[in-house]
Amino acid sequence: MSEEALDVRGSELVALRHRHLLGLATYGADEIRLILRTAREFRDVLERPIRRVPSLRGVTVVNLFFESSTRTRLSFELAEKRLSADVVNFSTSGSSVSKGETLKDTARNIEAMKIDLVVIRHQSPGAAHFLTRCIDSVVINAGDGAHEHPTQALLDLLTLADLDLPRFPAEQLHGGDFGGLNVSIIGDIAHSRVARSNIHGLQALGANVTLCGPRTMMPQEVERMGVRVTDRLDEALDGCDVAMALRIQLERQQGRGSQANLFPSLREYHERYGIKEAHLARYPDLRIMHPGPVNRGVELASEVVDADRSVILDQVTNGVAVRMACLYLLSGGIAGGDAE
Amino acid sequence: MAQPSPDSPPHPDGDTVKACLMDVADLGRTLDRLARQIVEHLDDEAEPAERLALVGMQTRGVFLARRLRDRIERFEGVRLPFGVLDATMYRDDFRRRLRQPVVHPTEIPFDVHDRRLVLVDDVLYTGRTTRAALDALMDLGRPASVRFLALIDRGLRELPIRPDFVGRTVPTTPGEEVRVRLVETDGEDGVWLVGRMTTDD
Repeated sequence: MSEEALDVRGSELVALRHRHLLGLATYGADEIRLILRTAREFRDVLERPIRRVPSLRGVTVVNLFFESSTRTRLSFELAEKRLSADVVNFSTSGSSVSKGETLKDTARNIEAMKIDLVVIRHQSPGAAHFLTRCIDSVVINAGDGAHEHPTQALLDLLTLADLDLPRFPAEQLHGGDFGGLNVSIIGDIAHSRVARSNIHGLQALGANVTLCGPRTMMPQEVERMGVRVTDRLDEALDGCDVAMALRIQLERQQGRGSQANLFPSLREYHERYGIKEAHLARYPDLRIMHPGPVNRGVELASEVVDADRSVILDQVTNGVAVRMACLYLLSGGIAGGDAE
Repeated sequence: MAQPSPDSPPHPDGDTVKACLMDVADLGRTLDRLARQIVEHLDDEAEPAERLALVGMQTRGVFLARRLRDRIERFEGVRLPFGVLDATMYRDDFRRRLRQPVVHPTEIPFDVHDRRLVLVDDVLYTGRTTRAALDALMDLGRPASVRFLALIDRGLRELPIRPDFVGRTVPTTPGEEVRVRLVETDGEDGVWLVGRMTTDD
């Protein structure tokens, strides 16, 4: 049995300092580590014959998804149900929103129905923060425009913390100390809330972050984020421990105006930025991550997706556990806790 | 019962120490006796799979269970299977607290099904934590039986829960707290009766 199970004398954090989870920009390393530690215990619950605990019994959660999403919503819904919460799903199609109701009114109506926790995904950056100004419920951001997607970053961080990398003692990564860890994020950084949240989280835990992608996909202010930037994949993978490939949003490429045609073709993107089997051979310790859904043959060659060193499926498992941990830790704020 | 010692035990600020219920020698003798009581329940004929197993409740119950296991091994040459249980996810005091309590690990490295268990905790009070622990155990499998061992029974039960093995029974009032301190976590061994300013979590 691990000694960790017996350690009660540590000076570890016991509660989050925030009432909501809007992004990782303001979350401290100790808070992130608390979430990861808690997530591991909830992950164990998912392995049991009875995959459910009564911790959020009597709590009502609404999944307020203004942007379509299958996997994130499913992951949240599973997390909520495994905690025995009552779940209500609200998606925009065929709803009052299509009749012109504003976000504020939608939220207020939902709050009037005594909802304790709102999980919101919206196309406008800042929507989750805006929501905390209109209603009293605890708010979890499931993605607001290109701004942040904190639970995705947290599950990525948990996946990283559980990696068995020869360069590092297991306890270091496991304990959420990423000092010396080299992580490269590859793809459409400018439009990626996953990248943003991960940059905050990785830096908080001490990792070295490299961003890689076509210049058309790099955010304007990227130098200010304290990261290394390159538009060459080889540079990003050399010395890299983990490569996070971001999804190319194909729908954006077909879009109109300034968002259209950020690169000539998918094939060219794969040529220059796709991770292929040859990369796995050249960098024998490199691990591959992807938030999903993967465009096989674009961000990652098909064989790379299925390779042993790809931990994509671990990310999915960790997603439910991490969301359970966030729901659990934030639910203390339901009884009118401290303002953020 | 001894008077509070001049070398103050590690108590949170705001606690008024009323009495020392057990010093390190008392604790050792009581654990010896409890270990022998558990041994009386061992069935020499039983298959290893059905043999008694100890489950320590996070957090101090874990160390007590470990000490009991070591004593039983010393007395009888038998090393009982040992697990660690956290009942936090099954608590019933949700929303009466501002923060959710910390979740500690649960690790039961044996099959709970059909096994006779002894659940070990430091203090038995309202019985709610024990109820939560039973629910947690039942979600892991179907034990043949569960017996409960408490180092201290402080009375004031709110649920129909009773211990099968008790170190000491001490009548207390709601304004008091029984603090069990163990070398493994608190730097020294002992049990104190204190006037309550903070809750022991």
